[in-house]
Amino acid sequence: MQTHLADFIRNTIEGREADAILRKCVHCGFCTATCPTYQLLGDELDGPRGRIYLMKQVLEGVTPTSTTQLHLDRCLSCRNCETTCPSGVQYGRLLDIGRVIVEQQVERTEVEKLKRKLLRLVIPYRNRFGPLLKIGQFFRPFLPKPLKQATPAARAAGVWPQADKHDRRMLVLNGCVQPAIAPDINSATARVLDQLGIGLTTANDGCCGALSYHLSAHDEALGFVRQNIDAWWPYIEQGVEAIVITASGCGVMVKDYGYLLRHDTDYAKKAATVSDLTKDISEVLYTEDLTKLKTKSNKKVAFQAPCSLQHGLKLSGKVEDILARLGFSLTTVPDTHLCCGSAGTYSILNPVISNQLKKRKLEALCSEQPDIIATANIGCLTHLESEATVPVVHWINLIAAMSHEK
Amino acid sequence: MSIAPKAENPSLQSQRARVASDLRRVVATDSVLDEEESLRPYECDGLSAYRRLPLVVVLPDTVDQVQQVVRYCHDNDIPIVARGAGTGLSGGALPIEDGVVLSLAKFNKVISVDKDNRTAVVQPGVRNLAISETVSHLGLYYAPDPSSQIACTIGGNVAENAGGLHCLKYGLTVHNVLEIKIVTIEGDLVTIGSNALDSPGYDLLALMTGSEGLLGIIVEVTVKLLTKPDCAKVIMASFDDIEKAGNAVANIITAGIIPGGLEMMDNAAIRVTEDFVHAGYDVEAAAILLCELDGTPEEVDDEIERVKLVLEQSGYTQMQVAKDDNQRQLFWSGRKSAFPAVGRISPDYYCMDGTIPRKTLGSVMSKVDELSRQYDLRVVNVFHAGDGNLHPLILYDGNVEGELERTEELGGAILDLCIEVGGTITGEHGVGMEKIDHMCIQFDTLELSQFHAVKQAFDTKRLLNPDKAVPTLHRCAEFGAMHVHKGQLKFPDIERF
Repeated sequence: MQTHLADFIRNTIEGREADAILRKCVHCGFCTATCPTYQLLGDELDGPRGRIYLMKQVLEGVTPTSTTQLHLDRCLSCRNCETTCPSGVQYGRLLDIGRVIVEQQVERTEVEKLKRKLLRLVIPYRNRFGPLLKIGQFFRPFLPKPLKQATPAARAAGVWPQADKHDRRMLVLNGCVQPAIAPDINSATARVLDQLGIGLTTANDGCCGALSYHLSAHDEALGFVRQNIDAWWPYIEQGVEAIVITASGCGVMVKDYGYLLRHDTDYAKKAATVSDLTKDISEVLYTEDLTKLKTKSNKKVAFQAPCSLQHGLKLSGKVEDILARLGFSLTTVPDTHLCCGSAGTYSILNPVISNQLKKRKLEALCSEQPDIIATANIGCLTHLESEATVPVVHWINLIAAMSHEK
Repeated sequence: MSIAPKAENPSLQSQRARVASDLRRVVATDSVLDEEESLRPYECDGLSAYRRLPLVVVLPDTVDQVQQVVRYCHDNDIPIVARGAGTGLSGGALPIEDGVVLSLAKFNKVISVDKDNRTAVVQPGVRNLAISETVSHLGLYYAPDPSSQIACTIGGNVAENAGGLHCLKYGLTVHNVLEIKIVTIEGDLVTIGSNALDSPGYDLLALMTGSEGLLGIIVEVTVKLLTKPDCAKVIMASFDDIEKAGNAVANIITAGIIPGGLEMMDNAAIRVTEDFVHAGYDVEAAAILLCELDGTPEEVDDEIERVKLVLEQSGYTQMQVAKDDNQRQLFWSGRKSAFPAVGRISPDYYCMDGTIPRKTLGSVMSKVDELSRQYDLRVVNVFHAGDGNLHPLILYDGNVEGELERTEELGGAILDLCIEVGGTITGEHGVGMEKIDHMCIQFDTLELSQFHAVKQAFDTKRLLNPDKAVPTLHRCAEFGAMHVHKGQLKFPDIERF
């Protein structure tokens, strides 16, 4: 595609990157076909090709208005379009760049600013989000239905086996909201890895940074990134095999640490090492000998592949393969490539579209009457759980539970 | 001919405000786009070299709204360009400065499927592939499969008479549609065709199919569905010479075999698609042929043997039959994503669509290669060889001054070549804006006058996608003056201005 980037951006790092991405786009429109918001709204501006055009205008010096911002906000960042794109356009990167510039040029309403500020002030901090959630859970029985649905019920943390009895060690990301909402995911991971002869430990890490990053607060995000690298580094020096991520959304972010800090002289090398060591839990299990795990289950499972897993990490089919190897019967789910509408803070900032997508996703997931829905990301889990008629769990909990049945 | 954005005249702006406010009485406020910022992404379709800012974009979601919008435009002499998914490659949905773009993208529902009669009634904004996906559980599919089938919509398919990989055996869109509903320029809803295979009177359905939005707005389509074949196998054969591959195509057809699909890719196309799909293409080959045979298992096995023999006699270097259905799909997915995959090696491409007699494939391919060197522009060839439908993709960089113009010249030379060997300037992408001047070479004055008479019968005020597909005689005269072919001036009988 022909480009004429404006002076303010042309010779910057972001400008050069954006230009290279834009020039790969041949405007074929294949991406619109798999874009969830284009499917719902039918407007070129709510599909990737239209958004690329909107961003191109801004990069070429046109001052955007709230219209451009609205259509960029409506993007779920699911990156389904990247999987579809034959030209290899890195839409997600372009969006990260475009959103920041638009954010600088378009003043949001006070209410919008406050919402975003609150999200950034609360969610990434375990010591803030955790107590607030506890209060919500305490009053949950008395809350009106919408709030009740939005407040996940408390879950028991579960047993965490000793890590030091194994020679093989891995580190797991705690992250921000997951320990408060579903502490049982990482403990289940620890128990499953324990059976495979791997000890799982944690460091004093925090939010992976994705939340701030996708709200266009890049510097704030990079602060979290550096903190995590510092927290993990001693363990890496001690020889942990991998940094395991049990929320695919965070996995995409941590695998990007190397890229995001590539120009940071102090951190570039360390960040690249961290990214290299990072593995989604499905990647870990995929290559392990699973015969050590108990392999009998009569549960009918509908697996929801989070966008971060299939489009971000490009790990399509891995979890399904593991579950099938372990004897679970998986239902056929139509339109597996489509987003459930959770998309980080999207469900809070764009509730209407988010709920429409959730309804569609639950219909698809329940089309063959599963006993349980399994997913791979905490965001999708809580989002789907709020309206699902069957339990929604992280798939690792299925395996842990099965072993527990011994 | 390229159309670059330019400053707008102020009277257009006041007209825009008026039209937008009038249309907002018909459709929801946010379904009328009138700010330049929102209109820009609609300034082109899949042919992004040609761009023009529309007056207004309107996104209705009921047929009644379409009728009201069209009536309003008719009463106020406002041109209308209908748009589906905007994937067309000939600029058919290129907006008109003082015209409305009427998007049918919100019409994306399959209305009904009749399993027993193997038909489906769909809205025009339903994606081609979505039809096959919807009826797949019934063992049915919709045959025409343009490479953009993942995104292109059925309304556009009808308007362009779209083809695809499997058209050699199963026909073009025109052979797979039973009935359509259109909104005429007067705003009337008219049904054309019927559920029967033939209807009395003139075959207006055939006329409407491929009419490129010049005669009416398609708002509903009844398509024929076919039973999925019991068995389909694909052979991939490599050749060390493109001319040999071209001749192999002609030889297969001459042997009396009609494959389900017969496609060819040259070396550049092989390499770039292999990079995206990892299909296992032979990246050293000068050209590969993909030949699909479908039917009963016995039929397919028999034909595979016959095709193998023909390929052997045609001098293949390597041959492979896809080992299962997954590999077969993979072989095709590379072919289907070939155009956009070119984005990996070139910032822009220009796609031609000439069709030639199969027996000339070999020699035309060599000539195209010569032209490519003469114009110093890379050409990637990936096309429906079985139909003789070429798709040379001319690679250029829009950021390099003069390259687009040189590209257009080369494209013109390729089309001239197609006509010279007895072919046509378009096989399935339509004339649109891109090939309009070449219509002057393909047809003479009398023929073009008759085309205009047809247009006149449907659209007296010339408001539906005006100045596309059929050139005015005046345009031909101007073009003819610039395009003296073999010493002969075209249209000597037309007065020149």
